[in-house]
Amino acid sequence: MTEQAGAIEAAMRIGWAGRLARYLRSIAAIVWKDVVAEFRSRELLGGMLVFALLVILIFNFALELDIRTRESVATGVLWVTFAFAGTLGLNRSMAMEKDRGSLDGLLLAPVDRSAIYFGKALGNLLFMLIVEAIVIPTFSVLYNLNLLKAGLLLVVLLGSVGYIAVGTLLSSMAVQARTRDVLLPILLFPVAVPVLLASVKASNGFLIGLEMVEIWPWLNLLIAYDVIFIAVAFMVFDFIVEE
Amino acid sequence: MIEVRQLVKAFGPKVVLRGLNFNVGEGEFVALLGPNGAGKTTFLRILATLSRPKMGKVVLGGWQLPSQAGAVRRILGVVSHQPLLYGDLSAEENLRFYARMYGLEDGEARIAEVLRLVGLHRRRRDLVREFSRGMQQRLAIGRAILHRPKVLLFDEPHTGLDQEAAGMLDGLLREVAAEGRTVVMTSHDLLRAARLAGRVDILSKGVIAASVPGGDVDPVELSELYRKVTHD
Amino acid sequence: MEPTPRLLKILNGFTGLLFIAALYMVLFYAPREAMMGDVQRVFYFHVAAGWVGALAFLVTAVAGIAYLARGGHRWDQIALASVEIGVVFTFINIVSGSIWARPIWNTWWTWDPRLVTATIMELVYIAYLMLRQGIEDPGRQARFGAVYGIVGFISVPLTFLSIRIFRTIHPVVVGSSDPTAEGAFDMTPKMQAAFFFSLFTFTFVYITLLWHRLRLQRLVEYVEARKSQALTG
Repeated sequence: MTEQAGAIEAAMRIGWAGRLARYLRSIAAIVWKDVVAEFRSRELLGGMLVFALLVILIFNFALELDIRTRESVATGVLWVTFAFAGTLGLNRSMAMEKDRGSLDGLLLAPVDRSAIYFGKALGNLLFMLIVEAIVIPTFSVLYNLNLLKAGLLLVVLLGSVGYIAVGTLLSSMAVQARTRDVLLPILLFPVAVPVLLASVKASNGFLIGLEMVEIWPWLNLLIAYDVIFIAVAFMVFDFIVEE
Repeated sequence: MIEVRQLVKAFGPKVVLRGLNFNVGEGEFVALLGPNGAGKTTFLRILATLSRPKMGKVVLGGWQLPSQAGAVRRILGVVSHQPLLYGDLSAEENLRFYARMYGLEDGEARIAEVLRLVGLHRRRRDLVREFSRGMQQRLAIGRAILHRPKVLLFDEPHTGLDQEAAGMLDGLLREVAAEGRTVVMTSHDLLRAARLAGRVDILSKGVIAASVPGGDVDPVELSELYRKVTHD
Repeated sequence: MEPTPRLLKILNGFTGLLFIAALYMVLFYAPREAMMGDVQRVFYFHVAAGWVGALAFLVTAVAGIAYLARGGHRWDQIALASVEIGVVFTFINIVSGSIWARPIWNTWWTWDPRLVTATIMELVYIAYLMLRQGIEDPGRQARFGAVYGIVGFISVPLTFLSIRIFRTIHPVVVGSSDPTAEGAFDMTPKMQAAFFFSLFTFTFVYITLLWHRLRLQRLVEYVEARKSQALTG
C-alpha cells in the first residue's frame, strides 16, 4: 500500500521535464518495437521493396522512354512508386496492431495518445526511408540518371515526412473499416496531392539543375504541408483511438 | 476502490448498459458473470479506460473517469482474451517494451522477477509466436502486473485453455490476487470463476441482477440462480 | 414525426421563385457574350455550383470541429448532410465546366487549377462517404467523418496552391496559351447582376436542401431507434 502511494507521489512530483522524458521514451519504445519486429519477420520491408521495384519495371516498359524524355519523367515515376509502396507499408503497420488487439495494449499505457501516433509515424517513416534508400540508387542505375544529389535527397525526406504524417493518421482510421485495404489509398491520395506534386517538381528541379528561385516555391509548400499536417494529426489523433 | 453509479453506455440506438451500479472494495476479488452480449466486455472496457461512459459516475482508486483516465491507467492492469503481445518479439522483449511504456525505473529487475513468477523465465528469449495459448496468457498476466497495479481486470482469461493450463492459470490468479490487489474477472465458466472469487455478480440486461458470496459455492444453487436471473 | 414547419414551406416557395428568376436572368436578361456566344451562360450556374460545393465543404469541416469539441449528434448530422449536397454540386460544377470548355477550347478538359482542384475536392468528398460507409459503430463513424472532413478541407487550398504554382512556372501545353485559361472576360453590369443573383439563389438552394436532408436524417434515425426497441424490448 505505501509502496503504491509512494510511486504515485513520485510520479506527480516529476514535473514537466520528467513527463516529457517519459513521453519521448515511449515514442522511442514504439519505434524500437516496430523495428525489432520487422527485423524478425521482414514482411513489411520485403513487400514494399518488391512492389516498388515491380512498379519501376512496369513503368519502364509502359513508357518506353528515350534518353531525353527520361529525365523529365524520372521524378514522377519515382514518386508514384513511393506513394504506392508507402500505402502498402502504412496499411500493414496499423493492421498489425489492430488485428492482434495490441492497440489496446498501447492505449492502456499511461502516456499521451499522441505518443502512439508519433511512434507509429516515425516507424513508418523509417521503413519508407529504407525502401527509398534502396530504390533511388537502383533507379539511378536502371535509368542511367544521377539521382544522388543533396537537394533531391532533402526533398525525398521532406516529402516522405508529409506523406507519412497524413498517411499514418488516415491509416489508423482506414484499418478499422471493413474495406480497409482499398480505403487507405482512396482517403490518402486526394489529400496527398500537394505533397506529391511539390515533391515531384522540387526533385525534378534538383535533378535537371534548375535555379533555386524556381525550386523555392515547391520547398516552401512542402515544409508548410509537413508542419500543418503534423500539427493537425497531433490534435486530432485522440479522437480516432478513443471509443 | 471501484465505484460505479448509474452507468449508461450505448452504441448508437443500442443501449448496452442501463444504469449499472457496481462497487468493489480494496482487496476484493469479484467474478462478473453473464450471458453473451450482456455487456460484460463493454463494462470492463469502460473500467479499463478504453471506452467512455455515456452517462453515470465511474471512480477507480479515487480517480474519476473519463477525465482522470491517465491517472487510472497507472494503477490498472488488464488481461484481455487477446494476449496483447507481439509475436515477433521474445517474452523478455515484450515485457521490456511495456516496462518502457509504463516508465518503470527498475525495469530489468522487475522483468526478471515477473518472468519467474509466471514460470516463463527459462523461455524468456523465445519468440512469443512460438508459445502455446496457456503460456501466452501467463505472459499476458506478467505484462499486466509489471507496473505493480492496484487493480486488475481480467476479461475471460480462461478462454481457449485446456484443463491443465486453466488450472495453472488459477494458481497464478490466486497468487496475484493474494498480494492485496483488487480484482474483477469476467468469465463464462461459472463454477471456476465463483471458486476463485470472494463475490459473484451476475450481469444481465445491462444491470447487475444478482450478487452472492463466492468461494465454496454449491454448483447447483449457482447455476439455478444464473438461469433464473438471465432468463427473466 | 413532425410535419413540415411553416418556415420550411415558405423557404421552399421562396427558393423555387428565386431559381426561376435566376434562370430568367441567365438565359434572357444577361447579354450574349461577344467572343464565346451563348455557351458562356453556363458560366453563371457553373460558378454558383462551385460556390455551393466549397461552402458545403466548409460547413462540414466546421461541423466536424464542433462535433469533436462539444459533441452533439446535431453537428454530425449537419456534416453528413452537407457533404452529400456538396458532392452533387461539385459534380455539377465539374461537368458544367467541361461543357463550357468544349466549344471554346475544343477540349473536354482543361488543366485549369480551379477545375482540377474541384475534381480533387470531389474525390475527397467521395472518400469521406466511403469512409463513413465502412464503419459500423455510429459514434466512430461520426468521429472519423469529422477528422477526415477537417483533413480534407485543409488539403484543398494547399492543392489549389500547388497546381497554381505548377501553372505559373510551367505554362500548360494543352489548351490555350493564356496561363489563366479560365477564359477571362469582362463582365458588363448586367452580367454581374446575373452572376451575383445566381450565387445568391444557389446559396438558398443549399440551405433549403440542407434543411430537407436533416429532416430526412432525423426520420431515418427515428425509424432505426424504434426498430431497435422493437427487437430488444
